[in-house]
Amino acid sequence: MSDIGTMRVKSGLADMLKGGVIMDVTSAEQAKIAEDAGACAVMALERVPADIRAQGGVARMADPTKIREIQKSVSIPVMAKARIGHFVEAQILEALEVDYIDESEVLTPADESNHINKWKFTVPFVCGAVNLGEALRRISEGAAMIRTKGEAGTGDVVEAVRHMRTIMGEIHHLQTLDEDELFMAAKTLAAPYELVSWVAENGKLPVVNFSAGGIATPADAALMMQLGAEGVFVGSGIFKSEDPQSRANAIVNAATNYRDAKVLAEVSMGLGEPMAGTDAARMPAEAKIQHRGW
Amino acid sequence: MSVPRSTRRPDSILSPESRPEPTGPGVGLTVGVLALQGDFREHRTMLERLGCAAREVRRPRELDGLAGLVIPGGESTTIHKLMEAHGLSAPIRAFHARGGAVFGTCAGLITVARETVEGHPPTLGLMDIVARRNAFGRQVASFEADLAIAGVSGGPVRAVFIRAPWIERAGPAVEVLARHDGHIVAARQGRVLVTAFHPELTDDTRVHESFIAMMGGGAARTAATAGVCGAVAPEPPRARRAQPAAIRNR
Repeated sequence: MSDIGTMRVKSGLADMLKGGVIMDVTSAEQAKIAEDAGACAVMALERVPADIRAQGGVARMADPTKIREIQKSVSIPVMAKARIGHFVEAQILEALEVDYIDESEVLTPADESNHINKWKFTVPFVCGAVNLGEALRRISEGAAMIRTKGEAGTGDVVEAVRHMRTIMGEIHHLQTLDEDELFMAAKTLAAPYELVSWVAENGKLPVVNFSAGGIATPADAALMMQLGAEGVFVGSGIFKSEDPQSRANAIVNAATNYRDAKVLAEVSMGLGEPMAGTDAARMPAEAKIQHRGW
Repeated sequence: MSVPRSTRRPDSILSPESRPEPTGPGVGLTVGVLALQGDFREHRTMLERLGCAAREVRRPRELDGLAGLVIPGGESTTIHKLMEAHGLSAPIRAFHARGGAVFGTCAGLITVARETVEGHPPTLGLMDIVARRNAFGRQVASFEADLAIAGVSGGPVRAVFIRAPWIERAGPAVEVLARHDGHIVAARQGRVLVTAFHPELTDDTRVHESFIAMMGGGAARTAATAGVCGAVAPEPPRARRAQPAAIRNR
């Protein structure tokens, strides 16, 4: 018997992306540059997060024409973003046969209470999280991959670090609890008991966890991987920099050699200016998009 | 390579002789896993469960002394690009030429092929096969199925195909081990084994066991070392962690 869309098949693709870099692209030309640099997947977008931030307005799913154009230009997996709770955008993306849907806080949310019921889809989903409870809620809704949110479009890694340290710390804390305490822990995390107890026993998320939101240099990518990320998403960091091709190459190399400081030093040379960026700590709370998601 | 800090801990002081002796058909074999990108840790876990000493390979010198090399699943273009950047293509060919065994899964199948239908990425040419990339379609067509494999006894294997390739053409020296819907999805030629699917994503060790047998590991070796381990039955390394039932059965 042959089965499509099983959790193993969905999370299996995330397993294949591990140790890799997923790059935001807004055109076939950028997608080709990403693929040639060794990206393990691309995220097809209308605008990168830095531009969404600068231009404002409602950010929606990309035009299907653009997604098709990007799918035709590369052989690596193509992901695309749907608004939080916008299950019809997700249905359209599934019909376009994108390889992964990112139910993303970078776009303007369509539902302020509910996320997409991802069990209803054959295509797998990745979702953002700032803490363990949020990650497990997304997994209980059917997400087959998690990424820490960071603060997209800033080029400032501080929020990515905060979210990764939070999730890893909360996992470590669960591991210290007595089994009698896990019921209360599930209540505090606002996450299903069964997933909480699984994490307590295994010391990791039940699906692959990448890092996103603010990664702009090879050192940033390696930092996130040493902190426990299994791979990285780079959004504005590549195509908002002076020399996208060299920077893309360098970040791919850094993800493979994230513990080898000599290689990191070598690949960090001569990359030109990184994206200018915004100091995320000094941003007003209402300007931050990491709080989107419930 | 820098050593992860946690491994610098003086284990011998904190927990003397805590490490159990490995058991299984792979005992005595050191097997590499190409660790540039993809699910190399799953292969490593599988090999360690079978008693092998597993080593992550990112540098040519890390091929020295290996009985075999696994090329894991991942993105074949990414793995190709990184193999070139790390100067590994020629050393892997030389490793194979001097008697090393090679096992490629999915992207690894593409990597060891003579060529691809698409003409990209360039391949190592360790096996006389032509691979078709993403042959079954995009991710929405990824699937799992029961698959009978020649030489693997005990019933079919649950085979997980992720944006999988298939073997479009195989030369006369290639032994076809399994087909799905008429397409070749597992094959062997001499010391090279390939599968289009991912045995490392399941708990079933039988395909890896057949790779270990190709390297000369197996029943005879296990019998010979059984006495050494003595009366204490050490705990085997943990199996790949099954996903929680709440999400596994949906």
